[in-house]
Amino acid sequence: MSAIKPLVSVEHLSLAFTGNRKAQALTDVSFHLHAGEVLGLLGESGSGKSVTLRTLLRLHSERTTQISGLITVDGLDVLALNSRALQAYRGATTSMIFQEPGLAFDPVYTIGQQIVEVILAHEAVNHSVARHRALEMLDRVQIPQARRRFDAYPHELSGGMRQRAMIALALACKPKLLLADEPTTALDATVQIQILLLLRELQKETGMAVIFVTHDIGAAVEIADRIAVMYGGRIAEENAVAGIVQHPSHPYTAGLLGATVDSSHRGKPLISIPGSPPNLANLPPGCPFAPRCTSASDQCRTECPSVVESPAHADLASPPRLACWHPIR
Amino acid sequence: MTPIILQVRNLKKYFPVRANLFSREQKFVHAVDDISFNVTKGRTLGIVGESGCGKSTTARLIANLMPADSGAIIFNGEGVGEIGGLELKSFRKKLQMVFQDSFASLNPRLTISETISYGPMVHDTSKEDAHLQAHDLLAKVGLDPDLFASRYPHELSGGQRQRVNIARALAFNPEVVILDEAVAALDKSVQAQVLNLLQDLKAEFELTYLFISHDLHVVHYISDDVMVMYLGQIVEMGPVEQVYSEAAHPYTRALLSAIPSMDPAHRTQKSPITGDPPNPIHPPSGCRFHDRCEHARAICASLVPALMPVQSSHVVACHMNHPSSGYETSGSDVQYASAGATR
Repeated sequence: MSAIKPLVSVEHLSLAFTGNRKAQALTDVSFHLHAGEVLGLLGESGSGKSVTLRTLLRLHSERTTQISGLITVDGLDVLALNSRALQAYRGATTSMIFQEPGLAFDPVYTIGQQIVEVILAHEAVNHSVARHRALEMLDRVQIPQARRRFDAYPHELSGGMRQRAMIALALACKPKLLLADEPTTALDATVQIQILLLLRELQKETGMAVIFVTHDIGAAVEIADRIAVMYGGRIAEENAVAGIVQHPSHPYTAGLLGATVDSSHRGKPLISIPGSPPNLANLPPGCPFAPRCTSASDQCRTECPSVVESPAHADLASPPRLACWHPIR
Repeated sequence: MTPIILQVRNLKKYFPVRANLFSREQKFVHAVDDISFNVTKGRTLGIVGESGCGKSTTARLIANLMPADSGAIIFNGEGVGEIGGLELKSFRKKLQMVFQDSFASLNPRLTISETISYGPMVHDTSKEDAHLQAHDLLAKVGLDPDLFASRYPHELSGGQRQRVNIARALAFNPEVVILDEAVAALDKSVQAQVLNLLQDLKAEFELTYLFISHDLHVVHYISDDVMVMYLGQIVEMGPVEQVYSEAAHPYTRALLSAIPSMDPAHRTQKSPITGDPPNPIHPPSGCRFHDRCEHARAICASLVPALMPVQSSHVVACHMNHPSSGYETSGSDVQYASAGATR
């Protein structure tokens, strides 16, 4: 382990929804993130990537969720914060951008009003200073004619502009950690690349840490330093981007890469993973991927592998980690 | 020469927008604006473009799910819905559609086998025959009929539901199947399964596909020909390899280079295009792409480029590719490019 304390550390996080629809959404998830790092959380629907993100902001209803484990962000024990401290934490230390900026904004206030509100809530500044800062933020996210857009309502902006405004809102109080929940999934390809480049630029400029959730390997490769692949509520594999893309060790990662269509596949059948993602209300006893895995053994079906750091790279700050009994070499 | 199965001629659809209470001017969304193309039998035509470019409207117009403002659909040489042409009811048996939302397109109160046999029964197949056929089709799309035939849609996963939708589309032995973002909502690992299935079925039933998608990789994989749309118009069309390797329209090139690179050592450095697609209520004059195009000159804002061949079957609508258009001599008027950003 490195001597510097990580900004974010998640230890043995498990989460179960106990409401009408029961589901074991997360099981023993652990990861660390240092200041200035970008971690991509990659997975299919139901893999637990968005739940992990929402738990970092404690957005789940406490009545219907059961959480165990430890989350520390910038020295704060997030799961133990009282409601006042939680309010200060959300938006100032950690903030989040969502997939649908149209739903994340309040439709009856202008973009500017909403950014000003965030600044006033977290900092002891007067209205005109906050307004000036909000305008500056809109400029920073490359919204043309920021002054005019300041007074625009969310529905008056296009999807790409709204996502930029959302980023301005999230970064208004200079958070140390930005949580991005599929921010480019709903956008067109030409707009997606603009937003990815903007996020990359802002991340370099502010030195914040980012957790970027996506199901699109391409987007993750564009923005992340490290990628953690999630499956069935667990981390299957974590490695530097190049390692994940070029030498996947977990059969699921390899399958996902094989199933991602690119130009080289033309004319050949795709290598697909058989079956469908697991039901979180009824997870298999062993490795969650075992029913779909071609190299699964009896051990895989009864005993779940834990996430182990690669001994060969123990000297690295974040060595590759893997949860598999039969890794690909 | 392979026969042309479907001809689309000057198809047009404007949607009226509810006008401001006090304004007299009636506004329209120019969803599909005068497009013509042919679909060759046995080939897959991919239609790509950003949201709002009219690709789904085109599909719905072809399937006659809504009336076109003007234009004609000619199927196997017969005008669809015209007097003396092909009747709509028999046309629908020959052209079927699969939609993006696999759940919304199934009736929640019908079992899977009822869903698949419903259509043929409407078209005078006996109940027994329709059920037998439904079981056959389920097996063809990789679902065990004994396990799935009596289930309801909510008991299936997304990938399984999309297989049911495909089986239902095949129940009429159609000649053309329109796949409107049919794999877009599926997880990557399941998407690959469905794409493989589509390829197998195409060979087995000698189908012709119209494959609509915003995912350029998937279109490249499955299509023989590709058509690129921008704001209701066709900007480029041709064999897929040619369009992907030698894109002649700046928009196609931008679209292709906006695909995230899969190589962490060579990340995208510069966005190929700025801004969002313009509002289809007031499409830009001349070439509709001129306000986002880095090569735009004065002529691009004034004159609408026509679709002209660059190679035999590769056509493109861009003044740059046509020496006679006057692009070379036109002044490089950048004023338009900046005006576009304000929209």
